[in-house]
Amino acid sequence: MNAMSNKSLFQKELVSEALKQSFIKLNPQRMIKNPVMFTVEIGTFVMLIVTVYILINHDASQGSFAYNLCILFILLLTLLFANFAEAIAEARGKAQAESLRKTREETPAKLIQPVGELYLNEIKTVSSSELRKGDVFLCVAGDTIPTDGEIIEGLATIDESAITGESAPVIREAGGDKSSVTGGTKVLSDKIKVKVTTEPGESFLDKMIALVEGASRQKTPNEIALTILLAGFTLVFIIVCVTLKPFADYANTPITIAALISLFVCLIPTTIGGLLSAIGIAGMDRALRANVITKSGKAVETAGDIDVLLLDKTGTITIGNRKATGFFPVQDLGEAQFIKACVLSSLADETPEGKSIIELAGNAASNLSVENPLYIKFTAETRCSGIDYDGGKTRIRKGAFDAIRNITEKAGHEFPLPIKLKVKEIAENGGTPLVVSQNEKVIGVIELQDIIKPGIKERFDRLRKMGVKTVMVTGDNPLTAKFIAEKAGVDDFIAEAKPEDKMNYIKKEQQLGKLVAMMGDGTNDAPALAQADVGVAMNSGTQAAKEAGNMVDLDNDPTKLIEIVEIGKQLLITRGTLTTFSIANDVAKYFAIVPALFIASIPALQGLNIMRLKSPESAILSAVIFNAIIIPILIPLALRGVEYKPIGASALLRRNLLIYGLGGVIVPFIGIKLIDMLVGLFF
Amino acid sequence: MNTELIGVIATFLITVALAIPFGKYIARVFKGEKTLLDFLAPLETRILKLCGIDPGRQMNWKQHLLALLAINMLWFVYAFIMLLTQGSLFLNPDGNPSMSPDLSFNTAISFMVNCNLQHYSGETGLTYLTQLAVITFLQFVSAATGIAALIVVFNAMREKATEGLGNFFDIFLKSLTRILLPVSFILAIILVFNGTPAGFEGKDTITTLQGDTVQVSRGPAAGMIAIKHLGTNGGGWFGANSAHPLENPNYLTNMVEMIAQVLIPIALIFAMGFYLNRKKMAYVIFGVMTLGMLTLLIPTLIAESNGNPAIAHMGISQATGSMEGKEVRFGPKASAYWSIVTTVISTGSVNSMHDSSMPVSGTMQLLGMMTNAFYGGCGVGILNYYIFIIIAVFISGLMVGRTPEFLGRKIEAREMKIATLIALLHPFLILVGTAISSFVYTKDPSVGWLNNPGYHGFSEMLYEYTSSAANNGSGFEGLGDNNWFWNITTGFVLILGRFLPIIGPVAIAGILANKKYVPESAGTLRTDTGTFGIMTYAVIMIIAALAFFPALVLGPLAEYFNLYHV
Amino acid sequence: MKTYLLPSLKLTGILILICSVIYPLLVYLVSLATPGHGNGNKLMENGVVIGYENIGQKFTDERYFQGRPSAVDYNAAGSAGSNKGPSNAEYLAGVKARIDTFLIHNPGIQAADIPADLVTASGSGLDPNISVQAARVQIARIAKLRGKSEKELNALVDRMIEHPLLGLFGPEKINVLKLNIALTKI
Repeated sequence: MNAMSNKSLFQKELVSEALKQSFIKLNPQRMIKNPVMFTVEIGTFVMLIVTVYILINHDASQGSFAYNLCILFILLLTLLFANFAEAIAEARGKAQAESLRKTREETPAKLIQPVGELYLNEIKTVSSSELRKGDVFLCVAGDTIPTDGEIIEGLATIDESAITGESAPVIREAGGDKSSVTGGTKVLSDKIKVKVTTEPGESFLDKMIALVEGASRQKTPNEIALTILLAGFTLVFIIVCVTLKPFADYANTPITIAALISLFVCLIPTTIGGLLSAIGIAGMDRALRANVITKSGKAVETAGDIDVLLLDKTGTITIGNRKATGFFPVQDLGEAQFIKACVLSSLADETPEGKSIIELAGNAASNLSVENPLYIKFTAETRCSGIDYDGGKTRIRKGAFDAIRNITEKAGHEFPLPIKLKVKEIAENGGTPLVVSQNEKVIGVIELQDIIKPGIKERFDRLRKMGVKTVMVTGDNPLTAKFIAEKAGVDDFIAEAKPEDKMNYIKKEQQLGKLVAMMGDGTNDAPALAQADVGVAMNSGTQAAKEAGNMVDLDNDPTKLIEIVEIGKQLLITRGTLTTFSIANDVAKYFAIVPALFIASIPALQGLNIMRLKSPESAILSAVIFNAIIIPILIPLALRGVEYKPIGASALLRRNLLIYGLGGVIVPFIGIKLIDMLVGLFF
Repeated sequence: MNTELIGVIATFLITVALAIPFGKYIARVFKGEKTLLDFLAPLETRILKLCGIDPGRQMNWKQHLLALLAINMLWFVYAFIMLLTQGSLFLNPDGNPSMSPDLSFNTAISFMVNCNLQHYSGETGLTYLTQLAVITFLQFVSAATGIAALIVVFNAMREKATEGLGNFFDIFLKSLTRILLPVSFILAIILVFNGTPAGFEGKDTITTLQGDTVQVSRGPAAGMIAIKHLGTNGGGWFGANSAHPLENPNYLTNMVEMIAQVLIPIALIFAMGFYLNRKKMAYVIFGVMTLGMLTLLIPTLIAESNGNPAIAHMGISQATGSMEGKEVRFGPKASAYWSIVTTVISTGSVNSMHDSSMPVSGTMQLLGMMTNAFYGGCGVGILNYYIFIIIAVFISGLMVGRTPEFLGRKIEAREMKIATLIALLHPFLILVGTAISSFVYTKDPSVGWLNNPGYHGFSEMLYEYTSSAANNGSGFEGLGDNNWFWNITTGFVLILGRFLPIIGPVAIAGILANKKYVPESAGTLRTDTGTFGIMTYAVIMIIAALAFFPALVLGPLAEYFNLYHV
Repeated sequence: MKTYLLPSLKLTGILILICSVIYPLLVYLVSLATPGHGNGNKLMENGVVIGYENIGQKFTDERYFQGRPSAVDYNAAGSAGSNKGPSNAEYLAGVKARIDTFLIHNPGIQAADIPADLVTASGSGLDPNISVQAARVQIARIAKLRGKSEKELNALVDRMIEHPLLGLFGPEKINVLKLNIALTKI
């Protein structure tokens, strides 16, 4: 699926499907949803009548048959182009969704049939589409999971590459935050019992498919507001064109119906009108390509407006785990000896921290072994781990500061002051001190540090330029949190965070009128995800989290929010710039058509024909041809989206105003002139 | 540089120099801070008490509009009856007759809506009673209505705005007592000392040097001429308006009247800056409006200074420029400046006859009224501009990838609907009106409305509806407009063109004030930058140009190309 | 809306009193202190009013300097411009006729010497002024009819030029009535 996003915008099979749809969409009942293009359709229909009338009556007052036929043809083409834009966007989305849906269509499911109160292992193989919410099914190694659900029993490694494109298998188990499975993924090992959480056709994926297919696509508030503005422009030009008739009668200038309709179609914002729905669909499609499933188009748009972004520290800002970065022994102990003790205490330590100690020790760690070791595991009670050897004569422990202090003080030893100071220093620098004791005497401290992800600071800078405030959420103490926050370049942090802290922070910001986005995976994140304006749940997260958020990230990538924000902004920018372009085009079209309308009876108006177009007919034809072909020319832009640059709002406005505003004024002058040189050969 | 041009530049600079402190004063008045005229406070309190109004009672935007419409309705009824019966009332030394019902209808509306379209001549159409008790009165209160509506919008634009947006009657009364009356009085004094009459003696009869006997119309004009300009009303005491040598006796009064009419529109921009503590936004708006005014002024200055090519063709020297319809004491440059100032703001007083302007000037005068937002009328200018800001904010918000917001409030479908409707209204009124009149005239040219044939005749009709919709009041006065067709049709255009563009912005601002305030962040599109200013300028120009271009082509532009390029 | 009608009615009454009675009366009282006592500045000759300083008069008599064409024939009971559009053929023919008439009555003058203000109607129809050139171009005729030297009349015109405000603002001009009064005195 990831491979697909690299393919060209216009694949053969998509184009042929879209072409078919372009004609089907001519149905007035469907066209009326787009008021701008609907008026074009009415104009086309009128032209059809006029053309037929000329064919029958040979009435020359409305211009030649060929000329009228050309206009009719171009208007029809304008409609088809606009429909094609929408259809190709839908087809792309559909294709995308289809490939997802294929993975889980008609998968056999091992339904566990309830008998009485108890679930007896009476298994019946049914089709996945027959599964209902609340059903329980069984999956063993090699099975494809038939539908979304939650593991109620067991643990399994699962290959989710079909959905995420990530080849490394993941572990899912009952209870906790990693209990949810997605339809279409494959169980690699073990056996799980899964409870179905969605009715058929209602899973996240189904909703997304419906959205990109346009079936359930509702216009977003912003799109509605833009449609109102465009309808307003259309109305203005209806007034302009209708009143032009009595004006021309006063001036004794006959206007042909073809010219009047051409003027109208050129003036109304057909470019943006034709591309508007394509832009919306493409926005969600881009989200899908980023492996984010959205519940609604509005969520994508809202993402573009985000003011505050809540990010978990671990996994997002820092690389999952802390690493040992320094050994600090007590004065009277050599470093080599201290390292040796540290390595010995970590030999059996499977935690990432433990492994990183051995890693840091490097050569000093090799070939170290002791006889009859007794490894002491970490427990919540002792809060330290270590090793006893020499038959219990040597006892090495490592653990948190107060845990080791307890041990030493119980034994009557004093905690050395230099180490106490070192512990404090490490904590102040954002590290975690791990104190090591030998035979209940402190021998030194290991410094563990959070490793900030490479490139994350730049991403936060980018967000800041977009006007998004980043907030780090961590369970660390405020001192450590502050240090990491500064180092990573986030704007604010919540330390020693409890789930309700996130919630309160979101509410506080929202009361100030800010829009807040957050990512989460756990069940205890669900309320905050629901409260946030944009809640992105990890696909690996619990079903509750997924239900609460309005997006699901299939890649489980916490930095994905940045991409989502950009996609949201791109969506709005594409609409804005193409609207500007469309309206700006009118200037040139006026200079093409208006002189052409009147030049026959007011020759002096040749002075307005600044493009020196050949004849009134060629001028009008050139303008409508330009008006039509600009739509397909802009389809790639509409589908890809106009690039977002985080250069500040005013600078961005200046840039887009120059490119699409000024460009929108100039381009049609050139375009129409070029077309006229060609059309002028015939008319 | 010649003295005519220096006169124009000086007039503009003096206007701005006065408008800044005056704007500060206006802001202080409505903020309730200490001002020089605070001694009037007991009088104001007394008046409000007499009327049974509690100035502390806050109104929401709907209540403001209801109060505004209610009091305007009363004025219309009052004015209509007065004009209909003026012939038999007192203070009528010249013995002028009562107005016909359709003319009364048109005149009452026209002055109520601050337009002052005059389908009559002051010397013969009105009595001293109606000049004072109807015309002067409405000139005061219609200007105060505009200011009050704007202050309501200012209140709604404040950061901590809530439902309560002040008391309409309180704001309205203060606009009169603190702004319009005192400044008008000063202006009137300047005028009387320069020869403008203020007495009640009626027409004078004199024997001229050559021995002819002529009558000279006079009357208590000075006070009315002061508020006519200060309130951007524009309706003249005499038929020739401020071209009349008693209404505008010399170059000094000409400068004073030009300054007076733009003073409040410009001062209100700065007042907004001081009132909302958004000075930079005020400067940007002032910059855009000035740019717009200059865009229209410069071609006009050039066209009028160069004179009429058809007359040049006869071998005449036009060293002094085009002189038809102009007064020698002002010259074509001051006349060109006045004609643009009076059309961009909604005064509509004239010191030269626009009907005789060059086609380029006519185009610019029409564009001034079609855009109707470069400074604009007393209070309502900024309200019109507000609509364009909303549209510009919406489009540029999209262009930077953010849901559009203005002064911390999100612009959504409902506001866009209102803004679009109001933006649509102006071309609708003008084009449909002109279409109907063109249709009627084409069917039966014997109605004889037009003083000029061809394209210029079309311009006369276009100008009349444009002036009505923009509540301007100037005219291509050759148009025979005192008949039921023009009186009734422009009457309706006037009402719609006045009240909907007040209701729209007040409603939008009121709705926005009730929305949650979003503090500005780095991603917010600032509306007080030059870039946004250019955007607004483009929106105004494009909307005006796009909607009116074909009409302009068939009117003044066709005349231009025929005059210059044949 | 009803709740606002009664206060509106009362307020309207009070404001009519202020704006339409007190205010104009105050202005009138001040105007009594002006030279024209609030009735416009009159020009007196031997105790007889012969005109208003600011209101142009008709001079058909060729021995006077003539003012600009007027759409109301200098009848100050009313006021108006011609309102003719610049491309109006009938209007242009009228201008042509004025030029021809002027050339007939002022032999020796070329069309290029005639300033536009002499052949175009003013805005008010009561324009009291003409341009300096408009006075000069008539000197030859008047000198001949009145038997004065052109030099003398040129000097008179020079004397009667009204300069720009403060020497800075506005055009130079000549008040025709004042010029003619001065003319009768030499």
